[in-house]
Amino acid sequence: MPGLNPEADAAHWRKTRNLTLFVLAIWAVFAFVVHIFAGTLNEYTFIGFPLGYYLAVQGSLIIFVVLIFFQNARQDAIDEEFGMDE
Amino acid sequence: MFKGDFIDNLPKIYGLYTGGFLVFIAIMAVLEQLGVDAETIGILFVAFTICIYAAIGWISRTTQVDAYYLAGRQVPPVFNGMATAADWMSGASFVALAGGIYFGGHGYLGFVVGWTGGYVLVNSLMAPYLRKFGCYTVPDFIGTRYGGNLARFCAVVILAVASFTYVTAQINATGTIAARALNIPFELGVWFGLLGILICSMLGGMRAVTWTQVAQYIVLIIAYLVPVIWMSNVQGFGLIPHFSYGDAVQRIAELEATLGVGTAPTETFAGLKALVAPHNAPGEDAGMESWKFFTLALCMMAGTASLPHILMRYFTTPSVRDARQSVAWSLLFIFLLYFTAPALATLTKLQLLDPELPTAIIGKAIDDVMALDWIQKWSEVDFLKISDSNGDGILQINEFFMRSGIVVLATPEIAGLPYVVSGLVAAGGMAAAMSTADGLLLAIANAISHDLYYKIVDPTADTKRRLIVARLLLIIIGAAGAAVASLQLTGILGAVAWAFCFACSGLFFPLVLGVWWKRANRQGAVAGMVFGFAAGAGYLYAIQNGMEPWYGLDGLRFGIIGMPVSLVAMVVVSYMTPAPDEETQAMVDEVRKPSGRTILAANH
Repeated sequence: MPGLNPEADAAHWRKTRNLTLFVLAIWAVFAFVVHIFAGTLNEYTFIGFPLGYYLAVQGSLIIFVVLIFFQNARQDAIDEEFGMDE
Repeated sequence: MFKGDFIDNLPKIYGLYTGGFLVFIAIMAVLEQLGVDAETIGILFVAFTICIYAAIGWISRTTQVDAYYLAGRQVPPVFNGMATAADWMSGASFVALAGGIYFGGHGYLGFVVGWTGGYVLVNSLMAPYLRKFGCYTVPDFIGTRYGGNLARFCAVVILAVASFTYVTAQINATGTIAARALNIPFELGVWFGLLGILICSMLGGMRAVTWTQVAQYIVLIIAYLVPVIWMSNVQGFGLIPHFSYGDAVQRIAELEATLGVGTAPTETFAGLKALVAPHNAPGEDAGMESWKFFTLALCMMAGTASLPHILMRYFTTPSVRDARQSVAWSLLFIFLLYFTAPALATLTKLQLLDPELPTAIIGKAIDDVMALDWIQKWSEVDFLKISDSNGDGILQINEFFMRSGIVVLATPEIAGLPYVVSGLVAAGGMAAAMSTADGLLLAIANAISHDLYYKIVDPTADTKRRLIVARLLLIIIGAAGAAVASLQLTGILGAVAWAFCFACSGLFFPLVLGVWWKRANRQGAVAGMVFGFAAGAGYLYAIQNGMEPWYGLDGLRFGIIGMPVSLVAMVVVSYMTPAPDEETQAMVDEVRKPSGRTILAANH
């Protein structure tokens, strides 16, 4: 029964927080890091695109979409584990 | 055919609607073949779609508070995703994004990354928790989590400033499109656009806006994708251009060298630009370019996660899990447009530049270029200008000036597509601007009617009175927005970026830390909002009045000044003052649990 078990609540929050930190770390790489090195990455090509350019127009965007669907699937599993799914 | 209630039948209803819209496009194409002129087709497109939205707005009218503020909390994730995508993609995204990439090159892609990556923040830090809270508005969360009317009031002020900045740009865009499509003066177009916006939102509040936004998303995404894919096939760039324009990017880099892209034009024309930035390669000062990319993306992302008209969409789902799911769908639907815009910008540029393509104009004789239909048409309305600066009779790259919106608006004509496509694009731009304006106006009016009027001024007001006040505010704020828009103070995109920076300066940390830091208290939140917002706004004021921007932090990026000030003020003041009471800390614990009842009861 959620709400009556502070330890389970704390464990649930810890897992939620760790998942969030993991997601934000990946986010930071594709939101900022790869674009800071766009000039260097442009020396490589990916499906015909300069890589740095590709990451800004498509690559990062695809990662963001996949990342959110992944995060939600993981979060659902965590919620279910602690009986907090609706 | 329709069993069960409205929600069960949503896929069928919107499936039929989409089919109907496609049939309408086909009818317009037939009319064009029969000799109906372009102007009439444009008017029919815009008028027909606005009538549909108005009908949905009328059908969705309501007298219930929960339906007015939260669409009854019954919007399924996929549909909430579409509504959010329409809410999100403004006239600027639709009309100006591809043009911005065309002119701005790699640096401008910070907008593309920022306006998509922001949803990871929304999903991770905000949406599920605000949904669990059960608030009607964003200031409702601030006011309840931190307690006290002052915190609530500060949140209302920041929300109003950020959203109002944004909504004037949207009303401006509806005015521009209505004026062009219906052949009326801009000032009249603005008020006509406002009328359409109010019909969608006034009678049904959030419920009406939700169902019109879904309809508007369908129109705008068809209107964006069809011309690009059609153009790509006509011009031989491939069936689906998105994955195959890499060669075009590399070809443009070669052409930039031979055509002298980067040579500054010797003349200027108000509102028009010549192409000088390289399409891809970071320019000479790579460190500065990286910094500008980073700061722009960060401001747009944090702004995304702080803009109330987006956050409030996630209050309308049946559960916390559905709120998260609808963030995922939102981003997927937004992604469809955002990964198309760079393809459009690249292919349009290639068509104009590459001498091997029949559409090229650069390097051709000026007299031949001036004879082209699309050049004449857009010159007439001052959207582009050709001027033989060096008098050699040949069009150079720095002699061709245009507005950024033209990349989207003129693509069908540059590629020689039938006029029906241009009519479709006008309808799509109208849908994009209207849907965003609806969401913004509702966010402001709801915050003032719920948080300022009901929670602070008159807590005893009955339902009928609350909804009358909410609707009156909608009209007043809309009229004020239209009045400001008709003054045409800034370009569409400048004002949009300001809204993001205002929102993230004042609201980002008070919202995030409200969930993620139990120690955050009322005094800290008020300090975070006041100092963050004042620092950002003060900096903007200074650079608008001639101060040299620090480290390239211009008017698009002043959130970089506001956010750290907000964070530091909030943490320092929170530690200097007593911790929040037991009850508040228990409330934060409860917000972190996805199951169970909302913190705020229905009809609060």
